[in-house]
Amino acid sequence: MAVLNRIIKAGFLNFSRSGLVSWAAVLVVTITLSVITSLILLQAILHFSLGQIKEKVDVTIYFTVNAEENKIFLLKKSLEELVEVEEVTYTNSGEALKIFRERHQNDYPTIQALDEINENPLGGYLNVRAKEVSQYESIANFMKSDNALVLGSASIIDKVNYTQNKEVIERLNSLISGARKLGFIVTLFLVLISIIITFNTIRLTIFISKEEIGVMRLVGASKMRVRGPFMIEGAIYGVIATIITMLLFLPATAWIGRNMTAFLGINLYDYYVSNLLQIFTIILSLGVFLGIVSSLIAIRKYLNK
Amino acid sequence: MIYFNNVSKIYNKDSIGIEDVTLTVSAGEFVSIVGHSGAGKTTLIKMILAEDKPTEGTVFFESQNIHKLKSGELTKLRRRIGVVFQDFKLLANKTAYENIAFAMEAVGKTNEEITLDVPHVLDLVDLGTKLFHFPHQLSGGEKQRLAIARAIINQPELIIADEPTGNLDPISTYDIVQIFKKINNLGTTVILTTHNRGVIESIGNRVITMEKGKVIRDDKDGKYVI
Repeated sequence: MAVLNRIIKAGFLNFSRSGLVSWAAVLVVTITLSVITSLILLQAILHFSLGQIKEKVDVTIYFTVNAEENKIFLLKKSLEELVEVEEVTYTNSGEALKIFRERHQNDYPTIQALDEINENPLGGYLNVRAKEVSQYESIANFMKSDNALVLGSASIIDKVNYTQNKEVIERLNSLISGARKLGFIVTLFLVLISIIITFNTIRLTIFISKEEIGVMRLVGASKMRVRGPFMIEGAIYGVIATIITMLLFLPATAWIGRNMTAFLGINLYDYYVSNLLQIFTIILSLGVFLGIVSSLIAIRKYLNK
Repeated sequence: MIYFNNVSKIYNKDSIGIEDVTLTVSAGEFVSIVGHSGAGKTTLIKMILAEDKPTEGTVFFESQNIHKLKSGELTKLRRRIGVVFQDFKLLANKTAYENIAFAMEAVGKTNEEITLDVPHVLDLVDLGTKLFHFPHQLSGGEKQRLAIARAIINQPELIIADEPTGNLDPISTYDIVQIFKKINNLGTTVILTTHNRGVIESIGNRVITMEKGKVIRDDKDGKYVI
C-alpha cells in the first residue's frame, strides 16, 4: 500500500513539475479524444439519417374493393408475427378514399370523376415496415409463399408494390450498408492515426526522462517503481484531456444544434447532453487506457537496461 | 568482493572497451583506477553495474556472476552498490531531499526512516540547509555531495565513483576525496576512477593503471605512472 501511495504521489508530482511537457501531452490527448468524440457524434448523425431514410421505405399491400376485413386482419396478424416486421398499419377503404381526396383536392377532373362514380373505387391497404431495409424481400417472399395463401388471402390481394419499388429498395439497401462500412473504415483510420500521434507524444515525454529512468534503475529501483509514476502520469493526461474535451463539446454542439439542426435532422446538442454520461465513460476509458498503455510501451525500452 | 576473469569488451575492430582484464578487489579496499580518456575505466565500471555485457570473460560480485543475473536479482545487487558519476546523474525533477528519499524508497525503507535519515545524511555532506533545492539550484560541488549522499544512504557494501571530481574545482575536489576516505575508513569498499594526479596522491592507496583497455600496472602504494 505504501509503495502504491508513493507511486501515485510521484506520478502527480512528475506531472506538475514537468510543466509544458505535461500540458503538451494533455493537448495531444485532447485532440485525439476530440477526434473520437466527433466520430461518435458523426456516427449518431449517420445512424439518424439512415434511420430516417429507412422510415420512408415500406411495402404496401393493396386489397380488392370487395375484400373481407376479417381476412385482411388475419393477414395483418400473420405479418405482425414475422420477426422481420417492425410495424403493420391498416387503412380501410373509407380512409383510403379520404386520403386520396385530400391528396388530389386541387386536381378537379379526378375529384369530379370520383363524384360521378358515386361509389368508393378504392380498396383498403396494409403498410408493412420492416426492421431493416434488407428484409423487405423476405416479407415479399412471404406474401408469395404458401403461408399467406393458406389464410385464403391470395384472392383478396390486388397488388403488392414491392416489385415496383424493388430496385429503389435494393439500391438504398446497398447505399446504407456502404455508408456504414465507409463510416466504420474512416472511424478506424482516424482513431488509429490519433492513437499513433498520442503514443508518439507520450513516447517523447518519456524519452526526455530516459536518463532519469537509467539512474532510477542504477540506484536499485524495481521496474514497477520506475514504471508506475509514468503510468499514473499517462492516466492523468487521459483524465484532464477527457474533462477538456467534454467541456469543449458543450458550446460546439450547442452552436451546431442552434444552426444546423434543420440540415442534419438531429439536434446534436440534445443528443450530446442526453448521452453525456455514456460519451464521458467511453472517452474517459479511452483516454486513460491510451495514456497508461502508451507510457507502458514507451518506457519498456529504457527499463531493460 | 569483485573478480574480473579475463574480461573483454570489444565493440568492433577499431573500438575496444577493455581487453583481457583480470583483477580482484577485496572487501574494504580503496582502489583507484587511472588512465587517459578512452583507457577503459568507464567500461570497467559499467561491467560491475551490469550496464554493459562483456564479449568475453566473467565478472563476479562475491559468488554471483553479474551478467547471469535475472532482472530482479540485478535490482537487488544494485541496492548493495552506491554509484557516483562525473555528471552527477541526479533526478532533475526532484529536490535534494527527494533524490535521497527515492534511493531509500527503492530499497523499501519506511516513511519514518526516510524522514529521520535524509536530513541527517544531507547534514553529513553539508547540504543541511538545501533540503528542498532542485539540482539546478546547486553548484557543481554541492551536486556531487548530494550524489555521494544518495550513494551512501543505504549503507552499501561498495561505492563506485566514476570520475567524481572531473567537473569540480580544487577545493570541492579536496572535500569530495575526504568524504570518500571517511566512507572507506568506515569499512565500505570504494572503487574510484580518475585522471587527476592530485586525487591519487591524496588517497595513497592501491592504484590500477589502464591503457588502451588493458591493465598495465597494479600498485599497492598509490603510484601514478602513465
